[in-house]
Amino acid sequence: MPRGESENGRDDMLIDGCEPEQPRGNSVPDGFNTNYLKVYYGKLFPHHDIFKWMSYGNDGKHPACDRSYFGQREFSFTLDNDIYLRFQSFNSASELENSINEKCPVKIDIGPVYNVDPAKRHAYAQAGDNGFAPVERELIFDVDITDYDDVRYCCSGADVCLDCWPLMTVAVKVIDTTLRDDFGFNHVLWVYSGRRGVHCWVCDEKARRLNNEQRAAIADYFRGNENSHKKVSLTGHALHPFLARSYTEVLKGFFEEKLLSSQNLFSNEERFEKILEMIPDESITSELRGKWQESRRSSISKEDINVVRWGQLKQMLQSGKQKGQGLRRCVEEIVFSYAYPRLDMEVSKHMNHLLKAPFCIHPKTGRVCIPIDPNHCEEFDPTTVPTLSKLLGELNMGGVKADGGDEWDKTSLGKSVRYFRSSFLQPLLKSCKEKIESSYSAKLQESKNSLSW
Amino acid sequence: MEIVRSQKRTLAAPIVVLTLPLYRSAPSLEVRLEDFELFAIDRLRVLKGISDGLSRGKKPDEMEILVRDMWKKNMSHPQASEVVNKDIISHFVLRLVYCRTEELRKWFLSMETTLFRYRFRLEGHEVQRALMAEFDLPYKIVSNAEFESVKEKLGQVARSIGPYSSNADTIYFKVPFEEVPELVASRRVFILKGHAYVAMHQVVSLVVTQFRSHLSKALVLTNRKWTSTIREREKDRLTPIVEALSTSYLGPDYSQAREFAEISLKDIDQVAKSSFPLCMRHLFEKLREDHHLKHGGRMQLGLFLKSVGLTLDDALAFWKAEFSPKVGAERFDKEYAYGIRHNYGKEGKRMDYTPYSCQKIISSTPGVGDHHGCPFRHFSEENLRAALGKIGVANHAMEDVIDKVRNRHYQLACTLTFEAVHGSSCDAGINHPNQYFIDSQKILQKNNSTV
Ligand code: SF4
Ligand SMILES: [Zn+2]
Repeated sequence: MPRGESENGRDDMLIDGCEPEQPRGNSVPDGFNTNYLKVYYGKLFPHHDIFKWMSYGNDGKHPACDRSYFGQREFSFTLDNDIYLRFQSFNSASELENSINEKCPVKIDIGPVYNVDPAKRHAYAQAGDNGFAPVERELIFDVDITDYDDVRYCCSGADVCLDCWPLMTVAVKVIDTTLRDDFGFNHVLWVYSGRRGVHCWVCDEKARRLNNEQRAAIADYFRGNENSHKKVSLTGHALHPFLARSYTEVLKGFFEEKLLSSQNLFSNEERFEKILEMIPDESITSELRGKWQESRRSSISKEDINVVRWGQLKQMLQSGKQKGQGLRRCVEEIVFSYAYPRLDMEVSKHMNHLLKAPFCIHPKTGRVCIPIDPNHCEEFDPTTVPTLSKLLGELNMGGVKADGGDEWDKTSLGKSVRYFRSSFLQPLLKSCKEKIESSYSAKLQESKNSLSW
Repeated sequence: MEIVRSQKRTLAAPIVVLTLPLYRSAPSLEVRLEDFELFAIDRLRVLKGISDGLSRGKKPDEMEILVRDMWKKNMSHPQASEVVNKDIISHFVLRLVYCRTEELRKWFLSMETTLFRYRFRLEGHEVQRALMAEFDLPYKIVSNAEFESVKEKLGQVARSIGPYSSNADTIYFKVPFEEVPELVASRRVFILKGHAYVAMHQVVSLVVTQFRSHLSKALVLTNRKWTSTIREREKDRLTPIVEALSTSYLGPDYSQAREFAEISLKDIDQVAKSSFPLCMRHLFEKLREDHHLKHGGRMQLGLFLKSVGLTLDDALAFWKAEFSPKVGAERFDKEYAYGIRHNYGKEGKRMDYTPYSCQKIISSTPGVGDHHGCPFRHFSEENLRAALGKIGVANHAMEDVIDKVRNRHYQLACTLTFEAVHGSSCDAGINHPNQYFIDSQKILQKNNSTV
């Protein structure tokens, strides 16, 4: 099912809390409308970079380039009037750009590369079961803050704030490290989804060629604990190295230094009971409960109550007299339940899932879906991401200076486009070029060998 | 079929004798026609046993025992030297039998792969490694130096899987993670920079993947050969055997079953209640109700009754008593008696007709007004629930039965019904209505004698 449908459906339920943006000087009225969008696509949207990316080096002059590659990629557009155009395909950068400018889609989704031009799929559909099928697709991930509603108390639904955004930061860090260190991928792009989450595109050739079973295996490798908020299940005597690393390098720190206080995880009975439920030892839970109900009355301590209580809980569970591994694992389990990434598994498991293109504008927030640098993702602040109206305002101002060069460079989008190019696109295209050349010479070598028979 | 790689075999495994063939090439053996069929039937029993075990949700350890026992029981041969031949011949015969439709191929592929998986697990490390060499798997054993560098992580993975830190495996293979998706998905391997470290005891999953993909391709080729040449060329010799094998009933022969005292007419209602399987009970009740059964129903019930011991005279009396109210005694003698005598081999070709097996009943296609067939297969869920309720299958047991039906395991549903009604297990599973009857009688007699 196209991702777009469900996302739109869920979006309608809640209005984002981060608005309104302050218009500065050159006021462009706030909000999102098609006229603004037309200007954005015309002057700011990096069409050419998207084309370069989606061509993966096949737009070059080398004889081994597959000239039909880009044309077999599915794009789909959601138009202003809720019309949904699937299976759009383009043969060149200018075709892509013209179509976007003309149709002015409120959302652009990117699908897989098919074995044939998706616009002509009907001609092949009759040719049997292999007539029309996806052959390549980035490995993608979608993390949505709405899936964390049981562990955040600041917002709910599609709202996010700086208190709960760190959950996304944790997800980016855990997944990014694992994709690179464990699976050996190099070309990983993170994108802010424009409102309530992050998207990830893994673009290595090996990733693009994974079949559905292999995708599902990777998604399952990331799966969280199925029975979170149940009593700790004593499976295994150690954490898998990947989980152990995630715990010590990311989860523990974020949980103790950020989430604990910002989410007030122990501040009242309902909240601490939820955590006590996860401890399978009655005597411990009742002792802690007693302490905490007591301290509510006589709380004069200046220290953060959440930190104090977490300390007490840890001490009880980890002190030597407790029965071994099981209860120690409890501490980890609690941290995992409150901080471990929650993926939308279905998105990752199937080749033909669509995902919103970077640099789109989210129609509800007006924010640009800009890339996130995983090495500095702690610094990412969703509430300061440029909005459509802000960019147009900047554009109006910059228009006066008019000294040539790219328009986006004069706006706060410039930083994002530069990051996209230097950290993602250039290294990617370099490796694509090398791959194309080396596979070509290998082929030449092969044909020489076969002649020598 | 394929090039025989005989030289390779001696190179790769000079010492180890391989008793687990990979079935890479068709045997160039002379096969006697009887062996052709008998060997295949023996192997089919093993495969059906596996299928049964899987759908009963047996765990890997239980499956291992099941496979070992089934194999020993069915696939041995009086001459030790013939054991491997029997293995290979039976496999290739069944390939022919099961290559013919997508559904057959799927079943065979899945059962043979499972069989291979457990036979591989039962082998020692020596043989396992020889088999890997035989498969030409391109994986290298992790060197000592590298092993030392990741040893700690490997241990961590082992401990994360289970309490028994599997005697510290020290032989690991380094494999692109894409090739062991099931191990990746369940986090049972350490993965570093795109490579999974697969322990010796996990190698089965690599080998099985190879086995499956090889067999899957081979079956498609066999199918092509079957339709293009073999079927026509062998139409007088092998083709009938092959075609019969895929639907063959493998249980004991009940056509002569007279282990129990012949049932007499006066007991028949009683016995029907206590020991008839649902299919027969339904026919029996419909007969009583309508005083008529169409041909399919008369055959299914008639042959069953014959085999549980109703004599020809009793049968004639029974059917006449039932039919007369509707058709009249005269018409019965004229139109129906012949069929009954025929069933007993007293008319027509004078051959003894054998009673129907579950498989035959399940695959029949009753039309409107027909009451034969298997209720588990042919009833609507609502009607089936009602019928089960009537014989006292309720609550949990009922849901279990319905669950099997939904997964189209009709005979298992019948087996569970048997178990619920008799409060006693039936490990062999129900394969034949007469077996249902006999097993039921055994239990009832035992209960009577102990009371
Ligand atoms: S499974 Fe066999 S014995 Fe049971 S009802 Fe069906 S046909 Fe009859
Ligand atoms: Zn929040």
